[in-house]
Amino acid sequence: MTATDTGPLFLVLLFPLLAAALAPLLTSALGHRAAWPLALAPAAAFAIVAANGGGVSAGQPLLFGFDWIPSLGIRFSFRLDGLSFAFALLVTGIGAAVVLYAGGYLKGHPGQGRFFSFILMFMAAMVGLVLADDLMTLLVYWELTSITSFLLIGFDHERERARRGAIQALVITGGGGLALMAGLILIRWATGLSSMSEILGSGEALRQSAYYVPVLALILVAAFTKSAQVPFHVWLPNAMEAPTPVSAYLHSATMVKAGVYLLMRLNPALGDTAAWETILPLFGGATLITGALLALAQTDMKLILAYTTVASLGLMIMLIGAGSETAVEGAVLYLLAHALFKGGLFMVAGSVDHGAGTRDLTALGGLRRAMPITFAAALLGALSMGGLPPFFGFLAKEETYSGLAGLDTRALILTGVAVAGNALMFSAAFLVALKPFLGKQPETIHHPHEGPVLLWIGPMTLGLVGLVAALGASFTHHVVSSPMASAVMGEAVDIHAVIAFHWGVPLMLSLLTVGLGIALYLAAGPVRAVLQKAVTGVGWGPDRGFDQAMGGLVRLAFSVTRWLQSGRLDFYMTTVFVIVAAALLLPMIAFGGLPTVPGVPALEFYEWTVLFMAAAGVILVLITRNRLTAIVSLGVQGFGVALLFMFMGAPDLSFTQFMVETLSVVILALVMTRLRVAVDDHRPWIQVVPDATIAVAAGAGFGLLLLAVTQMPFNAALSDFFIRHSYAIAHGHNIVNVIIVDFRGIDTMGEIGVVMVTGLAILALIRIRVGRRAPAMPDPTETTP
Amino acid sequence: MEVALSALVALFFGAAVYLLLSKHIIRMLLGMVFLGNAVNLLIFTTGRVASVAPPVIPEGATVPPDAVANPLPQALILTAIVISFSFFAFLLVLAYRAYQDIGTDDTDKMRLAEPEERGLPPLGY
Repeated sequence: MTATDTGPLFLVLLFPLLAAALAPLLTSALGHRAAWPLALAPAAAFAIVAANGGGVSAGQPLLFGFDWIPSLGIRFSFRLDGLSFAFALLVTGIGAAVVLYAGGYLKGHPGQGRFFSFILMFMAAMVGLVLADDLMTLLVYWELTSITSFLLIGFDHERERARRGAIQALVITGGGGLALMAGLILIRWATGLSSMSEILGSGEALRQSAYYVPVLALILVAAFTKSAQVPFHVWLPNAMEAPTPVSAYLHSATMVKAGVYLLMRLNPALGDTAAWETILPLFGGATLITGALLALAQTDMKLILAYTTVASLGLMIMLIGAGSETAVEGAVLYLLAHALFKGGLFMVAGSVDHGAGTRDLTALGGLRRAMPITFAAALLGALSMGGLPPFFGFLAKEETYSGLAGLDTRALILTGVAVAGNALMFSAAFLVALKPFLGKQPETIHHPHEGPVLLWIGPMTLGLVGLVAALGASFTHHVVSSPMASAVMGEAVDIHAVIAFHWGVPLMLSLLTVGLGIALYLAAGPVRAVLQKAVTGVGWGPDRGFDQAMGGLVRLAFSVTRWLQSGRLDFYMTTVFVIVAAALLLPMIAFGGLPTVPGVPALEFYEWTVLFMAAAGVILVLITRNRLTAIVSLGVQGFGVALLFMFMGAPDLSFTQFMVETLSVVILALVMTRLRVAVDDHRPWIQVVPDATIAVAAGAGFGLLLLAVTQMPFNAALSDFFIRHSYAIAHGHNIVNVIIVDFRGIDTMGEIGVVMVTGLAILALIRIRVGRRAPAMPDPTETTP
Repeated sequence: MEVALSALVALFFGAAVYLLLSKHIIRMLLGMVFLGNAVNLLIFTTGRVASVAPPVIPEGATVPPDAVANPLPQALILTAIVISFSFFAFLLVLAYRAYQDIGTDDTDKMRLAEPEERGLPPLGY
């Protein structure tokens, strides 16, 4: 299908991005009122998605997109079916509410435009993630949500805790993103399936694949890190350092559900195996209990909500892996309910903070008169979270218990875990929704006040939607829940749950949950004390583990750097020359490039003399302990080389070499008399042996290379060119001079430049002493005559 | 002749490397001089050597009448000799000034750029 077939759906992806680009400009022009026009973008996207609902609820997925990298078979393609439809509605709908809320919450903040921009960017990424069909498109959007989440958590980047939370979230979810990339590539490599549509239509291909277990493991790591399952859950509470709109949007309603989305999406292809139905309930259940218990140990409203979010995500994962169709229906209903009530409750926490100046439950109370609308919104959320009728959360809980209940051991354990988790969350919900508003107002709160319309319109709307959706349950199920559950199951599913009491096991379990929840609520203080004591008693946790791991990483990098860059010059030189020797010798030996053994050359006696003279000069420099001998020997080897040049038809070289060697010896002698250092370096034997070995190896390498080269035929084309054209083109008799000043004139000019710059540098080194630190030793120029 | 020069080049390179592995700047300086000569001889020998006339065209001719030495390596080496000399002079003055300021020519004690105790980088966020 081409892009023109479903043109408007591309706008869903485009609108938030456009709004993100405009946000800073609009905010600097309109201030916090920019929230109203900016909220139009997600609202319009919501409307476009909703307008395509007819085909989706009839079970007809819409596919759109275009080729991205055709040579690799990668497309930029999307799929709108029941699952992505529901998620897209949540992302854009709650997105609109959050943008409005952020307008009120960050009113007057200098970074409000930046904030709008980030959160709309995130929205674009999240919509793309839930709509993506091609696996690489999915991966790109998945990573974009991690990056925008990092930017939003670290929004208040001047606080260290915010920076830490941002880095922790990025490291953990980014690590999961790498696992996702490996998993998706492995799926493509093992089965050739390149998009979700193909995977969903492939039947048993993935389950039968020999790579099922590694694929499952990688996908689970991705989902568990993103959806904050134990032990990766730590980043979610720390992400509460972000401004409250971020917590409401990313870290409860949308991004943290990306892992749940991925598992729901792949359930028809990866699910229904023993591994799936063991691992998911295990991690989900552990997360549910851990999160719910830790929630009751907190006093900060946002942290309570964050830990219950961890618990809720665990419940959803557990339900996906429970294995029955009704359990999946429960997961679907719970996901919808959770997005509505948790998003709203987070906004309530922010409003309380805004109106009363604190989020600490122990310092709050009696706000019902000052903040009646917020109180109402809080109650709407908490009643749904507690699973009480007639709210959507009630439907979710009934369906959950119907899906889990059973008589075998596994069902009993899962039901017990679900009841315990739900009871804990019930009390947490009402701690957040009742405690700040009931009772007596503490002295510490001055002038509590209701927020402006921007602050309560979001939570109020979400709370009411949770109520209306439950009252009109059959419509909700027809349009949203049933198509979603069908997509998750891979077959047509009809959800029938409505607000009605059916005397049976689920209702009994519900009553038990509520009873336990009320008991826990009443005993909140002692329960918190016990839990806090337990947390401090355990001491070590994944959070501290993260710090240790990051610290360890820095230490490891430091010691590796320390080893590679020891700061000792002889270490560097040794490394360089060992590699030079190896690079020369090893290929020659490995590829048979060694020269043939030559006989003793037949030379004239004066040639032997000059060769020995040069060699003697070199050896004398190496062994002498006398400074003057060393300098003179240096000159001897130089003159030896100069004489060699002369015998071999190179008088120009010989002349230059004589001049340079003479100058070198004179300058060296002048300087050496001022340096009171021994010319012998006193190398201990333990050092002489390896150094000499390296030197011999490197020398042999060069010598053998040269010998091998000279044993090959010589190509004189270039030299012949210069010999033939020297006079013809450049009218010069001395061919070497012609090459230097004519054929390679520019090169010679560069050489003159080098010499000149060197001269200037030498002059500077000798003359300029301004700003020099006091010498560590007396200046020899002053102490020696 | 190439065989004998190959042996000499090997000796020059070996001596240069040995001196450069020293901890003393002044010894390394001598090594640099050897290294320059070693490279020059290497280039010279690669262009093939023999006891022949220099590459000069006699008056009145447009090409040399007999075989002459290969002019190309000579041109390259001529440049190299001058460059190595200025390099040597620069290093010598640098070593001299370093000795004046630090009071030693031992590279182990020249730790201004990479100090001995560098301490851990910050571990916070």
